[in-house]
Amino acid sequence: MSQRVFIPGDMLAIALGANQLAEAVQSEAEARKIPVQIVRNGSRGMCWAEPLLEVETSKGRVAYGKALTRDVPALFDAGFLTGGAHKKCLGLTEDIPWLANQTRVIFNRCGVIDPLSIAEFETHGGFVGLTKALHLAPAQIIEQILASGLRGRGGAGFPAGIKWQTVAAATGPTKHIVCNADEGDSGTFADRLIMEGDPFRLIEGMVIAGLATGAEHGVIYLRSEYPFAAKILETALRLAEKANWLGEDIQGSGKHFALELFVGAGSYVCGEETALLESLEGKPGIVRSKPPLPALEGLHGEPTVINNVITLCAVPDIITHGGKWHSTIGMERSTGTMPFQLAGNVAKGGLVELPFGATLDVLVNEFGGGTRDGTPVRAVQIGGPLGAYLPPELFGTQTDYEAFTTIGAGIGHGGIVLYGAGVNMREQAAYAFEFCAEESCGKCTPCRIGAVRGMELLEKPTIDHALIDDLCEVMIKGSACAMGAMTPIPVQSAMKYFPEDFSKETG
Amino acid sequence: MVQWNDTQANRLIDQAARDGLVVTGALRRLVDHFGYVDDEAIAPLAKAFSRSKAEIYGVIQYYTDFRDKPPGQHVLRLCQAESCQAVGARELTKAVCEHTGLGLGETSKDKNLTLEAVYCLGLCANGPAAELDGQPLAELDSAQITEILRTVQS
Ligand SMILES: Cc1cc2nc3c(=O)[nH]c(=O)nc-3n(C[C@H](O)[C@H](O)[C@H](O)COP(=O)(O)O)c2cc1C
Ligand code: SF4
Ligand code: FES
Repeated sequence: MSQRVFIPGDMLAIALGANQLAEAVQSEAEARKIPVQIVRNGSRGMCWAEPLLEVETSKGRVAYGKALTRDVPALFDAGFLTGGAHKKCLGLTEDIPWLANQTRVIFNRCGVIDPLSIAEFETHGGFVGLTKALHLAPAQIIEQILASGLRGRGGAGFPAGIKWQTVAAATGPTKHIVCNADEGDSGTFADRLIMEGDPFRLIEGMVIAGLATGAEHGVIYLRSEYPFAAKILETALRLAEKANWLGEDIQGSGKHFALELFVGAGSYVCGEETALLESLEGKPGIVRSKPPLPALEGLHGEPTVINNVITLCAVPDIITHGGKWHSTIGMERSTGTMPFQLAGNVAKGGLVELPFGATLDVLVNEFGGGTRDGTPVRAVQIGGPLGAYLPPELFGTQTDYEAFTTIGAGIGHGGIVLYGAGVNMREQAAYAFEFCAEESCGKCTPCRIGAVRGMELLEKPTIDHALIDDLCEVMIKGSACAMGAMTPIPVQSAMKYFPEDFSKETG
Repeated sequence: MVQWNDTQANRLIDQAARDGLVVTGALRRLVDHFGYVDDEAIAPLAKAFSRSKAEIYGVIQYYTDFRDKPPGQHVLRLCQAESCQAVGARELTKAVCEHTGLGLGETSKDKNLTLEAVYCLGLCANGPAAELDGQPLAELDSAQITEILRTVQS
């Protein structure tokens, strides 16, 4: 029997040489006449250890971190195929504290299975939730989602059950499920990891959403910066169709659901749900006025559920284990687990899935291990380009939607970007305006013009605090979407918590 | 990348319309094939998708991916977003610009190289990140990137 070796096929591992590593392992094995079977799994989310090489042994999977092509002969000499000792050996994968201390629910299969094997997906609990849902009435599915307390993971934290209920109650023969896979926030990559590492989970969640709301059509709106995810999703869709988990009369249930992939074209604002709908219709991604709500008049004017990738990926387990199970995880009104992402100047970056409530300190210091360059963490930005910059004094804050609101911040899509001693917060504030100017859809003057004005104000040798605050107020009040209305958050939090960078001449 | 050719472009446009794509789907195919969308495509796109020429122009201008000028033989996209900034993307970008004599968005005179900005590739735990001709790159430093540039510049 040939030995199974796992080398991630995800975009990050490939950027760090995983393809060359796989070739080297293959040819070294052939030269030594040892039969091996290389599985291109997804990533475990331990980005700091990529490319992560794993082998299946009698005791479980053994990991070798940062495995490079030039390590391959030595790894064979060390007997890595049976878990042999080598300086890059991290021991049994499941026992690595960084992984063992997480609560992997949504990411339980990611990096474990072959992403494109339906058989492995099913052995690891895949399609259990959907099978159950096929025998439930739509109202019963929605009841479970409502009971679970699941909130949207795309940024706003809106209760998923309420959105689904609105679409289910809407009239109209054609309804749609749109998955928002635009993941534009810097510091976030959870959507990418799950789509590359466990694509059938997303498909399962979307079919359940269709069953719950009466939608028989779905589309995944994927950003074009993720070509590897596009390829994996395309294949996964074809495989799911062939196995009758998509299409007509799913598993003989009489229920139908067709799902397609749509690739975006490089626009941050297209992650905003109404701009995304415009984009799907082949138009520029200009934000629509609300009302009407997309739930009532969405894609082609028809009732539409729009949910983030992770929101939809949380659904199958809720149906499997029940809404009540989910509601007991996390804290207060932030239920379930959140896949946080540690990025930027971080020693141990990657995906950390924990129940809501963990403090920032646990994430930044215990998991992240502080900065990569060894300087003290000076700031973190949470929730993408529209998120607040926070100082270490606030790291005691628990990750809970309401707790974050009280400190003027948001959890967003769970991205946490670390900055070391070298960061210039005035530069970061100016960048927030610059990004807004670059990406504004142009509909509202405060956003389009205000951002440019803000950049100019921060370039002046002396900072006019009152003028910047006035500008921010105009942007907050006069912008039709969060792009313009939330750009002041990184700007004003940087000014509030790091005033020393705004008093002297910097930049 | 293939040199622009109206006949081929029209064929791609008609095929996209027949496949039931929206106009951005056709633009995507044109960019994948030619590297950009030539002005010549606006009229046939307008006809195939029953939209005005101004609308088609608006769509092309709105999306970053739909270049309106041919790129160089190689395209290097450097991430400019926050996570990469935190680990020196600004300095890296400066080094690349100095080394190549190009600014972001510019193409070398010999049409060998185009530099572009990209806002996040989802490799944020391992920045600075970039992408060369579709190949992702991570944990870059300026020595490494100049080495990589040497391979495409020779
Ligand atoms: C400028 C802007 C960009 C956004 N980008 C994304 C994105 O990339 N992914 C996402 O899921 N939501 C994004 N959102 C939030 C969506 O508008 C919407 O709230 C979300 O897709 C709803 O799904 P959820 O309830 O499952 O979170 C963005 C919002 C704004 C204002
Ligand atoms: S706030 Fe900015 S991005 Fe949002 S609708 Fe207005 S102009 Fe467009
Ligand atoms: S910020 Fe550069 S890859 Fe995400």
